[in-house]
Formats: sequence, structure tokens, C-alpha cells
Amino acid sequence: MSTPALTRDELFGILEEVKDPEVPVISIVELGIVREAVAEDGGVTVTITPTYSGCPAMRVIEDDIRAALSARGVHEVRISTVYSPAWTTDWIGPDAREKLRKFGIAPPVPVEAGGLVTLTRRRAAAVCPYCGSRDTVLQSEFGSTACKAIHVCRGCRQPFDEFKPL
Amino acid sequence: MFEFLVRLGDDRLVIGHRMAEWCGHGPILEEDIALANIALDYTGQASALLALAGDMEGKGRSDDALAYFRDETQFRNALITELPIGDFGFTIVRQFLFDCHSVLLWEALAACGHATLAGIAAKAIKEDTYHLRHSSEWMRKLGDGTAESHARVQASLDTLWRYTGELFEHDAVDDAVAALGIVVPHDTRAARWRSLVDGVLREATLVVPASPGPMVTGGRRGRHTEHLGHMLAEMQIVARSHPGASW
Repeated sequence: MSTPALTRDELFGILEEVKDPEVPVISIVELGIVREAVAEDGGVTVTITPTYSGCPAMRVIEDDIRAALSARGVHEVRISTVYSPAWTTDWIGPDAREKLRKFGIAPPVPVEAGGLVTLTRRRAAAVCPYCGSRDTVLQSEFGSTACKAIHVCRGCRQPFDEFKPL
Repeated sequence: MFEFLVRLGDDRLVIGHRMAEWCGHGPILEEDIALANIALDYTGQASALLALAGDMEGKGRSDDALAYFRDETQFRNALITELPIGDFGFTIVRQFLFDCHSVLLWEALAACGHATLAGIAAKAIKEDTYHLRHSSEWMRKLGDGTAESHARVQASLDTLWRYTGELFEHDAVDDAVAALGIVVPHDTRAARWRSLVDGVLREATLVVPASPGPMVTGGRRGRHTEHLGHMLAEMQIVARSHPGASW
């Protein structure tokens, strides 16, 4: 069985259609999960990196990648997982950040430089995605998914998720 | 190398499972979610480490095979990770002592000569830094909280202190991996761990027990407390009852 010859750009275009299962407004390419995609040996190899080591969405993402490529006639898909370089929210571009904000999730602030072991709490306050206020309080470092923290806006009294900087 | 990785993986698998026992039982909803999230991170790290261990061993054992089809005496986790969860304070103190150790361990391994392990370490240190912030925050809240919360976490610290020595033990396995460029300087790490711990304990108005008794060890050689077997029975029963099942 032959696989259509796809360029790297075409492969990334297909993978752009695969959304994060838990944040369905942005793609796995925009999130920086897809590190490489190469057509080789009659199939396609996609290299991905996990957001968090224990992110339960990774298996779903792998299935979604296979499904998206299979729909384009690529049935032999190899998925390889790499841990280095470690995923960081700094890879999420400006367009994707705006999509997050419109979805009601405060985009991640830039990752703070500093010692590896920082015991004191960061940082720049999360900006409320609903009213734009900076007068927000961190409610919990851990939210509905591994990548989010819970905040409450003092301006509009709305609780919201923040994509936490990592 | 296999033995070294299994120790690292088992620590995280076992403490991750203990944390997951809080799911649905947390004192407040945010903590229920936080503890489950941390459990997931530790379990994910364990999966990466055990998968790598299986690769290095070369007998075709996957991370799942190592997690679900080894018996108690084949586990190499430190004893501190397998103790039952106790009350919320006990879980937090255990987590705090372990997180401090884990962050410093990853710091050393992120710079080691094995590329895959260094990659896992560089990723895990970010997660464990978050975990440590969570556990040290609670150490302050509970230690410097009410008379009741203070007394409970101090008692937990008194109990757990004897299990911390094992986290810094050095043996032939460490010597063997040092030859591969994986060097974990246990002495300096222990000193840094102590100063990290002391800093938070001071703010939490807690004290290191004056005479904790001798350190308890054995996990690295497969000699465990009576608690691990019960935990494994629960953790492994589904996989063992339905071998080869996928879901």
C-alpha cells in the first residue's frame, strides 16, 4: 500500500486540525506538542512531547493523530515521544494565546527565570479573560486539568482557569 | 542501570498511588483536585522511568509489566513512599519531605550523561517544583495554624523523620551508574535538602525531632513494611485478573 507523498508543511497542516481534547480551541501544533513530522519508509513518523508527564490526554492525542492522518490516506503512523527539550508554555504563540483568552482561559504569562527551586510564589498576576482586570487571586495551583490553575477575579467576581506557565 | 531506574520509578509509582488514594476524599475540593493532579504527575514520571528501565533491561518488559507484574520483594521504592496516607497533615509532611528530595535529585540528573534520563529529569523538575510549592505552602498553613493542626503535623514529622535517611543512601548501584556518567552526589544533596527543609520548618514553627531514633531502611533491597503488599494488591488486581486486557 502506498502512502501519498506529503511534505512537512502538509503534514503539519493536517496535524493543525487535531485539537487538544481538553482545550478544543487550540491545536496540538499551536501547543507545541508536535515536535516533528516526517514522511518516511512508506509511512509517517510524528514526534510529540507531553505537556505534563502524567497528562491523561496524551493517549487520546495519539489516537487523534492516527485518525487525522488515516483520513488523508496515511495508515502507517509511528508516534515517538520525546522528553527533551522539556515542553514549555513559552512555545504557545500569540494567536493561540488569544484563542485561549476568548475561550475563557487566561493565557500563560512568560515563564520566570530563576533558580530551579523557587519556594516563594511567583509573580505577575493572571489577567481575567472576561473583564481584563489584573485584580485576581490565585485560588489553587491545580485546576480542572494538569495544565491549569484556578483563579478568581475581584473585578467581575468570576472564577476562571489559567493556563499555568511551565 | 536497570536497578537505578527501577528505584526512581518505584518511588514515584508508589507515592503517586498513595496520593491517588485521596481522590474523592480530599478535605476541600481544590485539594482533592490538587492531590489527584500531583498523583498523575508522579505516575507519569514513573511510567517514563519504568519504560526506560524495561528498554535498558532488554527483556521486553514494558512499564505496565514492571508496575503490575512484580511482587512486593521486587519493588525498590524507599519505605517513606509506601506508608499509608494517614491524615491530611501526614500526607502533606511526607509529600513535602519527598518533594524536596525529588527536586534536588532531578537537578543532578538533568545534568547527567544519559540523554533520555536527563530529558525526563529536566521535565520532571518543573512539575516537582510546583508540587513542592504546594506542599511547603501547606506545611506553613498547618504548622503555623491552629494548636490542633500544629500538633498533628509535628507528630507526623516526628514519625516520618526516621524514613528520610533512606533517600540519601549510597550503594553499589550508584557506583555502577556513576561509570555511565550518572552521578548523584548524595552527601551534598542531603545537606541542601536539610537546608531547604529547615527553611520551611522554621516558617511553619515546626522542629526536627531531637531524638528520632535510628533511620529505617530496606526498600532499596526489597525489604518493605507490611503496608506495601496491601497497596500492591489493590493496585495490581485489575491488571492481574485480566492479563492482556486493554481499555
